[in-house]
Amino acid sequence: MSLQATTSQTVGPFLHIGLTWLICENLAPARVKGERVSITGRVIDGDGKPVNDALVEIWQANAAGKYGQKGFRGFGRSATDDQGAFRFQTIKPGRVPGPDGRLQAPHLAVNIFMRGLLKQLVTRIYFPGEAANAQDAVLARVPQARRGTLIAKKAAAKNGALEWNVSLQGRDETVFFDC
Amino acid sequence: MAQITGYRRPMPGTQPDYLFPRYASTVKRAPTQPLVLLPHSLTELSGPVFGRDDLKPTDHDLTRQHAGEPIGERIIVSGRVLDENGRPVPHTLVEIWQANSAGRYPHRIDQHDAPTDPNFTGAGRCLTDARGHYRFVTIKPGEYPWRNHYNAWRPAHIHFSLFGPAFATRLVTQMYFPGDPLLPFDPMFNCVPDERARQRLVSNFDWESTIPEIALGYRFDIVLRGPDETPMERKRRR
Repeated sequence: MSLQATTSQTVGPFLHIGLTWLICENLAPARVKGERVSITGRVIDGDGKPVNDALVEIWQANAAGKYGQKGFRGFGRSATDDQGAFRFQTIKPGRVPGPDGRLQAPHLAVNIFMRGLLKQLVTRIYFPGEAANAQDAVLARVPQARRGTLIAKKAAAKNGALEWNVSLQGRDETVFFDC
Repeated sequence: MAQITGYRRPMPGTQPDYLFPRYASTVKRAPTQPLVLLPHSLTELSGPVFGRDDLKPTDHDLTRQHAGEPIGERIIVSGRVLDENGRPVPHTLVEIWQANSAGRYPHRIDQHDAPTDPNFTGAGRCLTDARGHYRFVTIKPGEYPWRNHYNAWRPAHIHFSLFGPAFATRLVTQMYFPGDPLLPFDPMFNCVPDERARQRLVSNFDWESTIPEIALGYRFDIVLRGPDETPMERKRRR
């Protein structure tokens, strides 16, 4: 039997009604092992204006590079505020096998939903100063000049604090994947 | 179980493009650079799992979440969640949200001149059962105006959000009602060229789930992306 996947539709402007009950911005309570990271960022539209009605979801492995382990769901959901800002506190994931079987660099998978998107945007967050980024099979598919949009930046003077912004359009347009 | 190596790519015409100017909000939000093809790895083949502990007993019944009963026509919305290979998707989270019977959302940016209902929030969730079935009790949502174009009205709809087994199977969609005269004019409903794909967004009136004296039933089956199977695997399963 062969069916076709249901057509995607936008979350629209009232997504908060149905989706904020599952907001999860702190993925890793104290008992979860791993290096703490906090990631904040803003979603900016083609006019340079903050997107105040986006939902950002992340999916990640635990510190040992395993998905879906007991005690760490690995799922985060944050709704942007009036400045277009979202935030996550989590642990840095371990390396997981890539499409070619070799280990990928540590990364978070990201789905972004908002009014004006008929289907979600798929992107990734990689970590700064990570030697493995140079060998990552997915990063390697991205034109070099745009790779930086997928790598979080160290936020000034704060321990473990990272910044990763999403530009929907324009010169610094974030790389989005055909997943 | 055969090892899944990736999820199927969509049949052309059945999934929307990002830029769709008839839906005005896409213009400043759609990517302008080409997407980068992402081969599926364990990252995309795995996904979060939700369970009963995440839900409250009244989460699936939007008519029983407040002190009184909401105003409007009570309905049952149910169906199955399947993958493209026709296999049920068991124990997966389904989230819904919708306007009340007057076409109003209890949301700070909804300024439509229609009453809110203190007994209706319009949000629900449930898990599919072992055979992929889900079921909600709710109120038939009203149509409402929006400012996309002159005299623009959204057909009655219910928003659906589903996870499925993997990051790659995540789906947000909308369910519509049969015979709605606004469907031909709605840019969102008409965002894909494939007529049959559009019609699959329209629920069917369903005697089976209709409860005498209580509520009409509407059936809405949802198909999530299925694992890409090699012809060899298909043969083995026969």
